Amino acid sequence: MLNMDWAVFCKDTITGDVMSGCLGQGRDITYLNWIFTAWGWTVSVSLTALVIALVVGSVIGVIRTLPDSPWLVRLGNTWVEMFRNIPLLVQIFLWYHVVPALIPPMRDMPSFALVVIALGLFTSARIAEQVRAGVQALPKGQRYAGMALGFTTPQYYRYVILPMAYRIIIPPLTSESMNIFKNSSVAFAVSIPELTQYAMQVGEETSRPVEVYLAVTVLYIISALVINRIMAFIEKRSRVPGFVASGTGAGGH
Amino acid sequence: MNLDFSIVNWNLIQGFILKGLWFSIILTVIATAGGVFFGTLLALMRLSGKKWLDTPAAIYVNGMRSIPLVMVILWFFLLVPFIIGRPLGAEYSAVITFIAFEAAYFSEIMRAGIQSIPRGQVFAGQAMGMTYKQNMTLVILPQAFRNMLPVLLTQTIILFQDTSLVYAIGAYDLLKGFETAGKNFGRPIEMYLLAALLYFIICFSLSYMVKRLHRKIAIIR
Repeated sequence: MLNMDWAVFCKDTITGDVMSGCLGQGRDITYLNWIFTAWGWTVSVSLTALVIALVVGSVIGVIRTLPDSPWLVRLGNTWVEMFRNIPLLVQIFLWYHVVPALIPPMRDMPSFALVVIALGLFTSARIAEQVRAGVQALPKGQRYAGMALGFTTPQYYRYVILPMAYRIIIPPLTSESMNIFKNSSVAFAVSIPELTQYAMQVGEETSRPVEVYLAVTVLYIISALVINRIMAFIEKRSRVPGFVASGTGAGGH
Repeated sequence: MNLDFSIVNWNLIQGFILKGLWFSIILTVIATAGGVFFGTLLALMRLSGKKWLDTPAAIYVNGMRSIPLVMVILWFFLLVPFIIGRPLGAEYSAVITFIAFEAAYFSEIMRAGIQSIPRGQVFAGQAMGMTYKQNMTLVILPQAFRNMLPVLLTQTIILFQDTSLVYAIGAYDLLKGFETAGKNFGRPIEMYLLAALLYFIICFSLSYMVKRLHRKIAIIR
């Protein structure tokens, strides 16, 4: 158990021979090459899903705070309740197995795209909730001030409310960005070759699960730390002097 | 593609779904109880002000919170048999994993709850001559529990959703029940849809109740 054999990562994935220099040449790859490819999949699934989540989440979050549009607010609320109350794994199965069967044009979509949509929309509900909380945390006077200046609704959102709201919600957005990396691990269930899938497959293939799991775990922690630092940098750069952002509560995984 | 729900009858529900639903509920209940218990201990360690208690608890909590739950499930499934020296079923492994994992999340909720109690309450307890233990169990924790009850229950709903991740080690939970039924009857699409619907109904009604409770508590205060 405790005598670990890290040379396992230098092995060729087909022949099982230990390669010199630990990296394979050409088409022969080692488990070390493979883990970086897997990390690449994790990062690309997470980042693409994060972009979708930010865009859709912002739109849904904003329409939930619009004045005098009860139907849009209801639509936004339904969206959030739908994506929040179904487990992510079930949602991934829905997008992967059910949607292509019901909507023929989606049949040719690569599984990467389907998983990214699933993860992105799942997270969009959580981001929408934070955007709404951020907008509602602002004093009413900000909205009225925008109106009094003669701004239209899109204008006072763009120039008055959203710049402050986004600054308020940077802390919960940070944990949501870290969550999306963790949640991307669920993509193993539909055979996306990302880190968790790698851990399961290579752990079995090499009979060295402890080393493989350790390496994968460390890569997840590194990813989380990097995201955390990037968000801290953004928070620092976007800080408005004299404005103390009060973070809204964030829960969940 | 036509949907056909005619295969759904009592036999299917009894044979495949109820067993999984039962396991998901049991897992949620045990993990919540165990998680709250160990989470409270972890929170007290972190708030003790003693470095040798605080540091290990902080490492544990932050470690657990930065690893995906699926990896934690895989880790425990791998390590627990090593530690106890004999093989363990996926279901038991899942129970241990979820208690350990949720303890980290619950401890953060507890810590916030305990810190939300004004310092004056602690001083008042001390002035009454209470010991640390009396002060905690009679003054601080009862108030803290009430403050954080909504967050705690929301976390339990998330936990119920997360139980579906035992898919990774093949334990038989609610989702697995639907999946098995879908495979056996050749109707996987319908079964996935029903699974989503059932999860939604359960979680939506629970979160609705939490919202009402939240309002009730807010009025009392």
